[in-house]
Amino acid sequence: MSDAAPENPSVAGLRARFGAAVGPSAVVAGATVVHLAVDRAHEILAWLRDAPEERYDYLVDVTAVEYRDRERPLEVVYQLRSLARNAMLRIKIDLPKGGPLEVDSVVDLWHGADWLERETYDMFGVRFRGHPDLRRILMWETYSEGYPLRKDFPLRGRFSRSEQVRRALGAGLDAHYSMEELTIADAYDSLPADVRERLASERGGAER
Amino acid sequence: MAERRVVEMALATPGVDAAGRPARIPLVAQASPGEPDLKTDHMLINIGPQHPATHGVLRLVVELDGEVVVRVIPHIGYLHSGFEKLGEYRHYNQIIPLTDRTDYLSAPANNVAFALAAERLMGIEITERCTVLRVIACELSRIISHLVWAGTTAIDIGAFTVFLWMFQERERVYNLIEEWTGARLTTTLTRVGGLMADVPEGWTGRLREWCAKFPKTLDEVDRMLLRNGIWLGRTQDVGVMTAAEAIDYSLSGPMLRASGVAFDVRKDHPYLGYDSYDFEVPVGEHGDVYDRYLVRMEEMRQSVRILLQALDRLPDGPINAADPRVILPPKQRLMSDMESMIHHFKQVMEGVPAPVGEVYVPVENPKGELGTYLVSDGSAKPVRWRIRPPSFLNIAALPKMAEGHLLSDLIAINASVDIVMGEIDR
Repeated sequence: MSDAAPENPSVAGLRARFGAAVGPSAVVAGATVVHLAVDRAHEILAWLRDAPEERYDYLVDVTAVEYRDRERPLEVVYQLRSLARNAMLRIKIDLPKGGPLEVDSVVDLWHGADWLERETYDMFGVRFRGHPDLRRILMWETYSEGYPLRKDFPLRGRFSRSEQVRRALGAGLDAHYSMEELTIADAYDSLPADVRERLASERGGAER
Repeated sequence: MAERRVVEMALATPGVDAAGRPARIPLVAQASPGEPDLKTDHMLINIGPQHPATHGVLRLVVELDGEVVVRVIPHIGYLHSGFEKLGEYRHYNQIIPLTDRTDYLSAPANNVAFALAAERLMGIEITERCTVLRVIACELSRIISHLVWAGTTAIDIGAFTVFLWMFQERERVYNLIEEWTGARLTTTLTRVGGLMADVPEGWTGRLREWCAKFPKTLDEVDRMLLRNGIWLGRTQDVGVMTAAEAIDYSLSGPMLRASGVAFDVRKDHPYLGYDSYDFEVPVGEHGDVYDRYLVRMEEMRQSVRILLQALDRLPDGPINAADPRVILPPKQRLMSDMESMIHHFKQVMEGVPAPVGEVYVPVENPKGELGTYLVSDGSAKPVRWRIRPPSFLNIAALPKMAEGHLLSDLIAINASVDIVMGEIDR
């Protein structure tokens, strides 16, 4: 691809301010991509949102990419847009395979990140620290085959068809309701005793 | 819980105010005296996933205080098909049928969105005729999608006639789409570098005829709803999102514009030469269900304007790019000449490798900003095909919009978001 487009000037601003926390950047097919260090990413994203010369006020997307090359780190990708300046910037955070797949949540910066981060957690197993409600979103609560969009996840799932059916038929209330919902008001009292007990015991260890 | 909203004489609305704008009915919240609180417990009710008012397999768990919604917890994923995972095992052209099934109410626009992304990744220039035909496909998609929205929303709020009128028009557009692609719902219209077919003989004339008649239906619907007291009462000041909130929640499309944010991908990041068409982007100011209705109705009118301009400028010429990397040789040559047959075989069996790189291409779909994020490692199948689904982000704001409203307003608000579960769950 010929990349005649100039680099987004925000990258120069980032380098001047955050120095070594800003990793390599590139212009790919006309769009600027910049890598950030995982430990300062939240601070830098907050600055990108608030600095008067940047004002990336609109979070377009949060997702992750895992490459077929097993050595390459998993990347968490943020697409930012400044509505005022009509500019776009793609931020990437590298998460090496050996280490923990954890980044700070940006829900406190952009509410739109709520479900996007949940989906990334659901599909890739990336944990977003500080997310108010990091539950699975497309798969159900008790899904236990892993993270579907990871490259080591087979296309047809980890379990055999019969095991999948067995688990689906054996699914309890907790597959369909979150802990929070089951404890709302008197719905909790009308639950069968064994479910109530299970929930009470699980709630202590539910800090996922 | 004893709060009750009083719609002040909805039917006695004067209609328009001094400035000629439709009058807004004040909604007054007041405690009703004399009615004792029966119980202060909250109620937990489950709506869906099979429920006509949730527009698909959306499931809402609602905590109610009397009739007032305290909390809404949406559950999605009942239609999850793993399209993004499937895409990693398919050639670029083989992904296009999957895009039909995401937002299945505007399949042609999804096909175009994916083809644009793949073409930018591969550096392919499409022909002039293809560009204009794709604009026509996108705008027809916008119209059929908004027609379904208007019909189903009106039915949710209690106006049945609108549904019939809208679906009748939609049927006419589907007839046109069927003539063009052979399919109605799953069109698979585009190919990387072109289209699956040119429009048939006389098609443009029939589209022109339809464009001449269609705005009358919109006018009739407006006459039914625009100043209808019940409609105003059910939609105004319901589900309000301010401009700042809409941006914070990453809303897009009519949802964002109804809140007063003038952002339209067609204007701000033009593709398919949209910057050379003369059209307006309607923007609301109150961010409520009523403004979303106004915005979508006007968008349909503007789409007709774009369609007429596209028909006027539709040039002759090929629909496929002159790029043998991605375009199959003509069928006649395939049957008579060995090289063409090898070419065809290799392209179909091995796919078309895309250079190493990645693109994010946003388009303005009927539901909002549909982004296609493609990452390639140089092989014929993408490493990652990410759909940035507009409905997914729009419905994520449902709890914010509905909490504090009545349960019946929740239905109106949910309808106003215009969701398609195929796209939310993918």
